[in-house]
Amino acid sequence: MACSIPLPPPGHPRKYPEMGGREGGEGWNRRQKKATPMNASADHNDALFRYLLRLGDTSHILCHRLGEWCGHGPIMEEDIALTNVALDLIGQARLFYQYAGEVEGKGRTEDDLAFLRPERDFNNLLLVEQPNGDYAKTMARQFLFDAWNLLLFRALERSTDARIAEIAAKAVKEITYHRRHSSGWVIRMGDGTEESRTRIVAAFEQLMGFTAEFFHMDDVDRQMAEVGIGPDLESLRDPWMADVEAVLAEATLDWPTATWSVLGGRHEGRHTEHLGYLLAEMQSTQRQFPGLNW
Amino acid sequence: MTTRKEWPLWEVFIRSRDGLHHKHAGSLHAPDAELAIQNARDLYTRRSEGVSIWVVPSARITASEPADKDSLFDPAASKVYRHPTFYTIPEEVTNI
Amino acid sequence: MAEVEKPELVTAVDEAALEATFQARVDAETRVEPRDWMPEKYRKFMVRQISQHAHSEYVGMLPEGNWITRAPTLRRKAALLAKIQDEAGHAAYLYSAAETLGTSRDQMLEDLHSGKAKYSSIFNYPTLTWADIGTIGWLVDGAAIVNQVALCRTSYGPYARAMVRICKEESFHQRQGFEIITTLAHGAPEQKAMAQDALNRWWWPALMMFGPHDADSPNSEIAFKWKVKRQSNDDLRQRFVDMTIPQADYLGLTVPDPDLKWNGETGHYDFGPIDWDEFWRVVKGDGLCNRDRLDARRSAHEDGAWVREAALAHAEKKRAAKSAA
Repeated sequence: MACSIPLPPPGHPRKYPEMGGREGGEGWNRRQKKATPMNASADHNDALFRYLLRLGDTSHILCHRLGEWCGHGPIMEEDIALTNVALDLIGQARLFYQYAGEVEGKGRTEDDLAFLRPERDFNNLLLVEQPNGDYAKTMARQFLFDAWNLLLFRALERSTDARIAEIAAKAVKEITYHRRHSSGWVIRMGDGTEESRTRIVAAFEQLMGFTAEFFHMDDVDRQMAEVGIGPDLESLRDPWMADVEAVLAEATLDWPTATWSVLGGRHEGRHTEHLGYLLAEMQSTQRQFPGLNW
Repeated sequence: MTTRKEWPLWEVFIRSRDGLHHKHAGSLHAPDAELAIQNARDLYTRRSEGVSIWVVPSARITASEPADKDSLFDPAASKVYRHPTFYTIPEEVTNI
Repeated sequence: MAEVEKPELVTAVDEAALEATFQARVDAETRVEPRDWMPEKYRKFMVRQISQHAHSEYVGMLPEGNWITRAPTLRRKAALLAKIQDEAGHAAYLYSAAETLGTSRDQMLEDLHSGKAKYSSIFNYPTLTWADIGTIGWLVDGAAIVNQVALCRTSYGPYARAMVRICKEESFHQRQGFEIITTLAHGAPEQKAMAQDALNRWWWPALMMFGPHDADSPNSEIAFKWKVKRQSNDDLRQRFVDMTIPQADYLGLTVPDPDLKWNGETGHYDFGPIDWDEFWRVVKGDGLCNRDRLDARRSAHEDGAWVREAALAHAEKKRAAKSAA
């Protein structure tokens, strides 16, 4: 779905009215639920479950992409650095999946959630499923994400859900380092050689349109924001833009000119075609031999 | 893509915990000090081996000559009066 | 430190005297340090051995890397990532140790990419199933540990120190492999079959990792003299077999060697002849993956050239700006 990046309404309220049935709300295969007093708690749990999957899927899919670099990095030291980021991300993903499994209460494990859900049930950001491309694309993807993810997790540190707050407190330290690493590379590439500059400019042009998803709220996000579990994503936009702008400036780069933007992965499981292949590979062992211990 | 310059070599010193000296951990390649610190963190503290890192360009280290070893270090061997065991203290005297 | 000063011009007599002093120090178990005088042959020997070891770690990332994206659980995936990352780290430690002898890492990589330098031939075999990942940890890391523990007391200081660090870190590698293979061997029939198949394919190549019989190993004599190595290839191989067979028994897996049996007299396992023709064929290029391994290393290096260059150019700009200010 093409849409322009929605600007934050001036002084918009923290609480949103009910907006059930709106496009971008319920996933295609989810039971539609109305929040009535009788199933309010079940409704909350369902929203929390889905919120946790978004966090887990995003970390996991990005970890997977970074894992593809392992052994193929531009220099040994960088290979090690990138794998460290991947390891942080898989650690975060596991914590979210484990919690999601408990919240759902159907006995699904972290691995059931990671390896046995179909593509349409994955709710990672579209940005992180994009193929690695060259090292400029990988670093541009990483930086755009890290800058946002750091803001998100700083907010999640203050989550009213103690478990999420605890995960976030640990993750913030890791993500702070990720952002330092990726922003450093954006600067080196932007203000490096002609070739590196051409490549990093092209990378941002290819990727910027996927960042609209960072700030787009659906019912689940709003429900989580209402009870103080997650932040109002719109509120992350200004600080994110300021951070990205500052790093681009240091890299002597302009804001990308691309005006397109897309949504779909995080809310609805409508992905680019890349995710299907990623999952086909990732899930192949579990799918080939169902129900075994590994 | 013809011959290119290699990233310079850095020596890495790690303080394993507060209260201890930085100790030589090894070396690595990095284009600048910032990345040298980051690479040192990822290469030499993956298992919580450190709380502080120093990096120094290897080329900036001046080392003594192995050939001077005798003249530099042997003379100290005869200065036994620098060690407490050189001195005789009566057995009945304690706390000294 | 990589800075190594060229030895002064010395006469033949001086050279002989220096060499005698050097050998006396080695015999007295004093470690050789980078700036110490050493025979050129020793220097070359060490660069060859350490860089070959470094290349093995670096290339060794690839067969296991082949399964990162297909690891069956998140826990396994994290462990595998960490293990392969360690291998990059170990390559880095070893290249640094070799650099102290005055050869640049770029030079060593060039020798790897051109095929001039060798790496452990075991990595020319393919990883075909998840069981291969367990088997590599169990057997290949197991064999490497036996070799590497022996190297912790090698005469060249930086190499010995790198080995100590590597041995410490690698203790988890073999255990993660054994845990995988235990799960499979005690799992469903198709998992057990997978484990047995992997053992069948990796057993002999693992034994070959210790190198030819000492009688056929041209470098053994000098390596002993310089205390680069202290135990023979055959002794280390025997130790590995003696360690591993009880583990295979525990797993209920069968080592593919009809001649294998316990010898009560020697207190060791006897095992069948190793197919050295296969060993040399694979070393010389006829393994399933030789070309893929080198291609992967070469492309990573070539595709990364602009990245390394950009970082240097940026650092240069920063320096210039700082000195102008």
